Amino acid sequence: MTKSLRRIVLELVIAAATVAIFIGPLLFAAFSAGMTATEAANLGFRLPKNPQYLANLAAVVKASNYMMLRAFGNSVVITVFTLLVLVVVASLAGFVLERRRCRTVSVARFLILIGLMLPPSVITTIWVMKAIGIYKSLAGLVLVEVALGFPYTVILYRAFVATIPRELDEAALMEGVRPWQLFARIVFPLLKPVTATTIVLSSVNVFNDFVNPLYFLPGAKNVTVPLTLYNFMTQYTTQWNLLFADVMLISLPPLICFLFFNRQIVAGMTAGAVKG
Amino acid sequence: MNKSSAKSYPLLFLVPAGIIYVTLFLIPTLASLGFSMTRWTLAAATFTGLDNFAMFFSEPSLNIGLRNTLIYAVMTSVSKVVLGFLLAVLLTSSLRTKNALRAVIFFPTLVSTIAVGIIFSHLLHPSMGAVNQGLALVGIQGPNWLGDPHFALVSVALVDVWKGVGTALVIFVAGILAIPPTYYEALAIDGGSSWHKLVHLTLPLSWPATSAVILLSFIGGLRSFDLVWAMTGGGPGFATDLVASIIYKQYQAGFYGLATAGNVILVLLVLALALPLQKLLSLREVDL
Repeated sequence: MTKSLRRIVLELVIAAATVAIFIGPLLFAAFSAGMTATEAANLGFRLPKNPQYLANLAAVVKASNYMMLRAFGNSVVITVFTLLVLVVVASLAGFVLERRRCRTVSVARFLILIGLMLPPSVITTIWVMKAIGIYKSLAGLVLVEVALGFPYTVILYRAFVATIPRELDEAALMEGVRPWQLFARIVFPLLKPVTATTIVLSSVNVFNDFVNPLYFLPGAKNVTVPLTLYNFMTQYTTQWNLLFADVMLISLPPLICFLFFNRQIVAGMTAGAVKG
Repeated sequence: MNKSSAKSYPLLFLVPAGIIYVTLFLIPTLASLGFSMTRWTLAAATFTGLDNFAMFFSEPSLNIGLRNTLIYAVMTSVSKVVLGFLLAVLLTSSLRTKNALRAVIFFPTLVSTIAVGIIFSHLLHPSMGAVNQGLALVGIQGPNWLGDPHFALVSVALVDVWKGVGTALVIFVAGILAIPPTYYEALAIDGGSSWHKLVHLTLPLSWPATSAVILLSFIGGLRSFDLVWAMTGGGPGFATDLVASIIYKQYQAGFYGLATAGNVILVLLVLALALPLQKLLSLREVDL
């Protein structure tokens, strides 16, 4: 065997092993999602004999009085509003935290670092939410997601503001531009790469979030997508085909997101970690 | 800073974020210190001193969570660091499929943790699951991965590594790609071996990435909850209970003061372990 042929074989082996390990388990779910209940019951890793994807997906969507649709609706509303609020408050804060030097800013930066590290205290958060009347509401969950996503997002924005030359601000202010105009018309448009990264990264995180809705948005009416999956897990103990159809349905949005925005996702994760 | 520039960057811009962050993160965190020392129903609280903490450390069904959390955090973070680094070295080499393979390894990080838990609890089924069926083909009788208390925690940790190693990988890849190629050229001229290259060049110069991965995955490990909850619910017995899953159980049972004490313990655990770790890691930083 020549050296280059051996290399090609080695590369193929590496590629095949990686795909088998990291995609195999997902394929198992995708195959089982198209089986009949009896076929899925023995957990075989094979293609469905008579694929019935549409029937299974329809059964999942219709289950518990169209709970799935309500969950998708809730999850989309929560994700969209979280992103809107998060982008606005974090970009505004990131701009001032990077440009301004004063005691308040130093204190604020320290408090943000704490939030990056410490686990949130769930039950006292419920207590605060009850006191201000936002417990068990979509708006309440949105605000919690913003509060918990804020430290990481603001660090991404700060790092990017640092790369915009100060002279730009000074020139604009000299022209008599007001600070909020400077931010809204000049700086914010320049922050587009971070905004794109935040939107992609946080939408996947918020959409997939299980723990916060579990604590802060209990109740069947308010169910979110990962919680339907959790409910189905205990409900479909004999219909694994439907359970996996649900798994498939839930993995599609992040998969689509990934196919289109792979670059922003990776940029966001590495920027925060390596420079942060 | 002079007055005019203070005016150009008004503190008012911090207010919207500040209100949300203070109300829903900082106040609950501070309040947890107080409520952790009470018997609490959300409506009324009775001061009980350090009873909750004493209970957490003495009751076997509670303190097993501390032990498991430490084991779980160490196991997952060490595996993610080692595997992530080796994969990153492999996938920054001249491998033709490297970009595609990076994407393949990264994809599971975007799949819902509950979905991953469901998939693997079926693959790891003791008799019918694909893992033990596969082992049976080569004559090995696989263990009851999630049902045997000796294996359960390790099994969940392995699934966690499967799902999370992609994050470590992309951070390492960014760190390795940031090393100026001139270093490698100099080494090539001096005739260093590839082992030499790995140990004396890639490893020290990608240190910022390494310390980021260690910290992120260790803190993430200490805080883990959803994967364990979806795969074992803390069982068999309490074999896979973590501090975070115990907090949830106590919360469900209505022991709010005890659950909050669990939260405070988790906070202290993160502070006691992650802060010194960060200090230690930043000492070893090399300037490029």
